[in-house]
Amino acid sequence: MNDLPASRGSLERTKRVWAYLFLILPIIFYVLIRFYPTFYAFYLSLTNWDIVSKDKQFIGLENYRNIMQDQVFWKTLSNTGKYVLFGLPVSLLLGFSLAYHIDKAGRGEGFFKAVYFIPYITSMVAVAWVWRWLYQPAPIGVFNKILISIGLPQQQFLFSQSQALFSILATTIWADVGFQMIIFLAGIKGISVQYYEAAEIDGANSRDKLFRITLPLLKPTIVFLIVTGTIRYLRIFTQVLNMTYQGEGGPLNSTKPLVLYIYNSAFRSFDMGYASAMTVLLFLIILLITLIQLRVMKSED
Amino acid sequence: MRTIKTVLILAAVLLAVSAPVFAKGAQESAAAADPEVTEIVYWQYFYETKKDTVDTLIEMFEAENPDIRVVQQTFPYEQYNTKVASSVPSGQGPNVINLYYGWLPTYIDSGYLQPLPESTFSNERIEAEFFPLVGAAKFDGSYYALPTAVRSLALFWNKDLFEAAGLDPETPPETVEELIEFAKILTKTDKNGNYLQTGLTMELRAQMHHWLREVLIRQYGGAPYSADSREVTYDSQAGYDAFQFFTDLNSVEHIGMPNFMTDDVTAFSSGMMGMTMDGSFRLGTFDKLDTLNYGVTELPSMNGVKSNFASFWSNGITSFTTGKELEASIKFLDYLTSDTAMSMWLENVGELPAKKALAMKEEFKNDPKYGPFIRGLEYATATKFIDENAQRMVWIDAYDQVLLNGMPVEDAVDQAAAAEQQVLDTYYKNR
Amino acid sequence: MKTNKTIYTTIRFLVLSLFGALMLFPFVWMLATSFKRGADVFNLSIIPAAPTFANYGRLLSSSNFPWWFMNSLIVGMTVTVSVLIFDSLVGFTLSKYQFRGKKVVFLLILSTMMIPTEMLVIPWYIMSNQLHWVDTYWGVMFPGLMSGFGTFLMRQFFSSVPDDLLDAGRIDGLNEFRIWYKIAMPLVRPALSALAIFSFIGNWNAFMWPLIVSNDVNMYTLPVGLSFFNGEFQSQWEMVMTGASVATIPVFIMFLLFQKQIIQGIALTGVKG
Repeated sequence: MNDLPASRGSLERTKRVWAYLFLILPIIFYVLIRFYPTFYAFYLSLTNWDIVSKDKQFIGLENYRNIMQDQVFWKTLSNTGKYVLFGLPVSLLLGFSLAYHIDKAGRGEGFFKAVYFIPYITSMVAVAWVWRWLYQPAPIGVFNKILISIGLPQQQFLFSQSQALFSILATTIWADVGFQMIIFLAGIKGISVQYYEAAEIDGANSRDKLFRITLPLLKPTIVFLIVTGTIRYLRIFTQVLNMTYQGEGGPLNSTKPLVLYIYNSAFRSFDMGYASAMTVLLFLIILLITLIQLRVMKSED
Repeated sequence: MRTIKTVLILAAVLLAVSAPVFAKGAQESAAAADPEVTEIVYWQYFYETKKDTVDTLIEMFEAENPDIRVVQQTFPYEQYNTKVASSVPSGQGPNVINLYYGWLPTYIDSGYLQPLPESTFSNERIEAEFFPLVGAAKFDGSYYALPTAVRSLALFWNKDLFEAAGLDPETPPETVEELIEFAKILTKTDKNGNYLQTGLTMELRAQMHHWLREVLIRQYGGAPYSADSREVTYDSQAGYDAFQFFTDLNSVEHIGMPNFMTDDVTAFSSGMMGMTMDGSFRLGTFDKLDTLNYGVTELPSMNGVKSNFASFWSNGITSFTTGKELEASIKFLDYLTSDTAMSMWLENVGELPAKKALAMKEEFKNDPKYGPFIRGLEYATATKFIDENAQRMVWIDAYDQVLLNGMPVEDAVDQAAAAEQQVLDTYYKNR
Repeated sequence: MKTNKTIYTTIRFLVLSLFGALMLFPFVWMLATSFKRGADVFNLSIIPAAPTFANYGRLLSSSNFPWWFMNSLIVGMTVTVSVLIFDSLVGFTLSKYQFRGKKVVFLLILSTMMIPTEMLVIPWYIMSNQLHWVDTYWGVMFPGLMSGFGTFLMRQFFSSVPDDLLDAGRIDGLNEFRIWYKIAMPLVRPALSALAIFSFIGNWNAFMWPLIVSNDVNMYTLPVGLSFFNGEFQSQWEMVMTGASVATIPVFIMFLLFQKQIIQGIALTGVKG
């Protein structure tokens, strides 16, 4: 095995063999633990199974037909879209700014990192409780107290159809920024100082360095964060479950994301078939978006 | 080769860490191997006093039945139904299980529960001993589950706040008119109209949807459902009146709002709410707070009509329980619904005995705290819920439609009725 | 020029501190609540009127708490080790080798992130029952042993490792496994550290699956056990906050251990690229 390969062709062949070898165990794992249950869900989407019954009646595409006419489904889909469109860019931008400035801060780097990361490691149930109090009306709610003290009218926040979604989004971003920051930092730290030294010799200022070196070299990191961030925001769920009363994504479904609707359909109403059908649609939506993102970001090379 | 060695070492580490798996498996089979002892498993959700009471009951039961071993397993309340449902498809689980009466239709329907055997639990016996509301566990002529305890609602009032507002701390409201009058006196707002203290709970997602459904609608002369529970009948004048009355409490009378201080228990606990409506189980929560000086009384009447809502958790036997395990389960269930168990339950958990004769004993009926609940049981109804969560959401949405979107009360009630009818239809369509 | 830089640094420091204080506020509140009791819990001051350790005492003396804590630790660490090994191996393979089916494998692994795991719980449970994995560590762990997220992360980071370095190893006679292990892995240490942190947090906080697969209260993981305080009648918020505070400690330690790796970065660990 340690012999030098005789020719380039046989080296490539050896590498291929190793590649397959590396993948055997993972592929077995993914097939059994991930793909099989996923296909099971696909199959369930064609039935009216209610979890507790023994028989699963095959009903073809009826679940899908019902979904198309289900106003709540469309509402949750548009809510989910809002979470992604308004939440992800803010969170990415904040995460990057933090990483960039913390990296430059020199002294206190470790301290700041810990401070900004703490929200991410705190239990969501506890976080939701605290934020619900913050959003309360006066005389308890801290935000409303501040608004009143500077002479502004009280806001409804979580109890308003127009503000509730953004209130939850603010909490989500608060918790999420630390995550983005850490990965951006890992990326920034992965860039060799020699690039910067070379640029300094060429007389580059810090703006040049940011746009000519840092950002281009961070591309794999950025691609990763955009793709996984989109998926994460499309799958928003725990926050809404914990922050809205009864975990129903109210008022009047104005904050309910698709995954919460899926979860409640499956485990509260036991409508597993219907929930599975929505899961399939969500899967297709995410897949499509991911493929587009990967293609677009690749073509920029 | 080193490569392989590394992989092997890693595998060994993983195995070592998961070794308790095997140790545990061996342990279990050892316990099951003893042919003399029948082991049965009991499931309920976790509530400290309930779990402890059942532990004590199991000890006493095992002393009487040395050939039976009962293992109690408890799960977090909020995920209990999810946990139970998820275990069903695997065909394994507990022998005796504690289920909310509103969930029974689903589990009976799927064949998860078996009817209680006539030999021990005959219909005559159950109907003679238990409160009639236990009939909510009767399907197609058979009982499928029995409660140890039942619950009803009562009005809690904060005596200190009454006194501070110039009301007599020992005289709670008896009629709905008084309720509003007192609540107005108890309500405090700042100069912008924001509540600093509210008079009455408005928490639909807690107990108030029961108050609306089983109390107010009946007091207005209507009925929430048809006699066979298959049809929603509150899209009537009585329903409109009741809902108008309820929404007016906030928008016209200004005596409170939903979510004040996040929820009514918090608001009442911290002395920011004058009156609330809740179950006897709440006595324990409030008694722990030495800053809270409160009293309990029956729900206020309206037009001379009294009404109340009752509910219960009940114990059933799963259908894969057979043979010796079935015999043991029947004995255990009988024990769980004995007078001994019920008296202990009232004392430790604060829920009311499910047997009429026991509950109506003078010492219970006239107890200053339990009395109002027990007296309420006499005129209480247990709603035959199919999907309580969905049926509650219907009212929450109707309320938001009126308060947030200004929808006329009639339209909101009609919409709620239609939505709830759909829930019932989905369940009853094949029956 | 020099003063300019100092001013910048000071402003940066001030803004980061101010913003950081805002970020910390809900966390501090949680911590404060864990030292409150009774009606004090709903008196929303940051400083408890009568600070008490009673909640912590109650939590620790609750007989199952040590089990829950240990279970979570075992599960979190084992899964993290597994994820570090397998995700980086697969990520490396997908980034540095050319072979047929590579794109498909990558997309399939990526696609595992696109299904809410809650929807896989029932088939997993049926499987666990048949294989007698219920109430075992293995049962809690198996779904997380490899992750699409980690694989993707590692693939991205390996892609910035120069091929020349690997070829140099080949010339030195290293086989491919050792090239991954000896050359490539040290170069992506910041990413590995980040993955370790995230993987540990993810499994430490995992709730739905551990709940479904455990019946024995001594097999519960910490989040499942702590949800006992979210009761039927009312959540015991001071206990929820106490539990959440304690649950943060190991994660925070984990973070402190691994974040050093991220601070140091590659530039200091000597890439001669």
